[in-house]
Amino acid sequence: MKQYIKKYYYGDYGEGKNGAADISTSGSSKQEWPLWEVFIRSKQGLDHKHVGSLHAADAQMAIENARDVYTRRNEGISIWVVESKYIHASNPDEADALYDPANDKAYRHPTFYDLPDELTHI
Amino acid sequence: MNPSLIDYTLHLADNALIIGHRNSEWCGHGPVLEQDIAISNIALDFIGQARNFYQYAAELAGNNATEDTLAFLRDVPEYKNVLITELPNGDWAQTTLRQFLFSTYQYYFYQQLQNSSDTRLAAIAAKSLKEVTYHLRWSSEWVIRLGDGTEESKQRLLTAVDELWNFTGELFLPAAYETALMQEDIGVDLSIIREQWHQKVQEVFAEATIQIPEKSWAQQGGKTGIHTEHLGYILAEMQFLQRAYPGAEW
Repeated sequence: MKQYIKKYYYGDYGEGKNGAADISTSGSSKQEWPLWEVFIRSKQGLDHKHVGSLHAADAQMAIENARDVYTRRNEGISIWVVESKYIHASNPDEADALYDPANDKAYRHPTFYDLPDELTHI
Repeated sequence: MNPSLIDYTLHLADNALIIGHRNSEWCGHGPVLEQDIAISNIALDFIGQARNFYQYAAELAGNNATEDTLAFLRDVPEYKNVLITELPNGDWAQTTLRQFLFSTYQYYFYQQLQNSSDTRLAAIAAKSLKEVTYHLRWSSEWVIRLGDGTEESKQRLLTAVDELWNFTGELFLPAAYETALMQEDIGVDLSIIREQWHQKVQEVFAEATIQIPEKSWAQQGGKTGIHTEHLGYILAEMQFLQRAYPGAEW
């Protein structure tokens, strides 16, 4: 059975018909720089965390902009950037089908075992 | 007390303060939010460098001098910054090109100053060099983008080169206090930096697909207090509060 899949990009929602691809606010034909998502690792050994987004002409400028916008106060030791259009997001309209089935199935959580007191960090 | 050392330290402090002030004028006016923050960050780096040098100069000068009196209570003829730092910002091409030309100079300058026999200057240079390395990277990127960009961006960059080039020679013409300190192994040998500067500028200009101008005449005077008319306006704005309300704090 063939399913119709619509491609959703991160940031597609609630920005009018063109979504994230249309970031101009003036309505002029001025070309804007693409949007990038920024991920910062705050310490060695921790994961990169999403911190926000910015505009830049290319990857190098995105890294430099991220350095200036998001690491001014010692927030990070490593930066990842990815163009927002490459992030695929789940569709909020499908939230019921995607997440609701997990809501009422408490038995999926391993909370019914009696654990000895000596066991910690479980 | 070594009067040349005071002048030398003030010269370095004034360079940083004035170009920092110029860059701060972009705050809220940058072409895009991200670059507005970038250039404001750079301005703050310079204010930090200026403070380190002023604090040292104040200690050397004695007489109740402080970093604030040195920054806010000296007039134009006492300022020793190079002229290129006080020129108006012009457009984005002119600002980023000035930053590139000056940061290239500062990059090699601080590299040498790290080895100064004056440990305080050497320490400030080592600390500042990390910042300047980033300024150089950031400004080189812009020169290349604009030069190798659209027809308009290239034209703007070429206009900026034309505007600024006569002010680059002064960087390498030593004032008396610089010559004196170079002989004492405190100051930097500008003739060595000149070569390094020229080579770096040539590299980046080549990538930006533009030429180094042939003209070599150099406008000078800043190092000894002979300034363009622009410095007075900067100081008027910067010093107004302390002049009108001496000792004001908030």
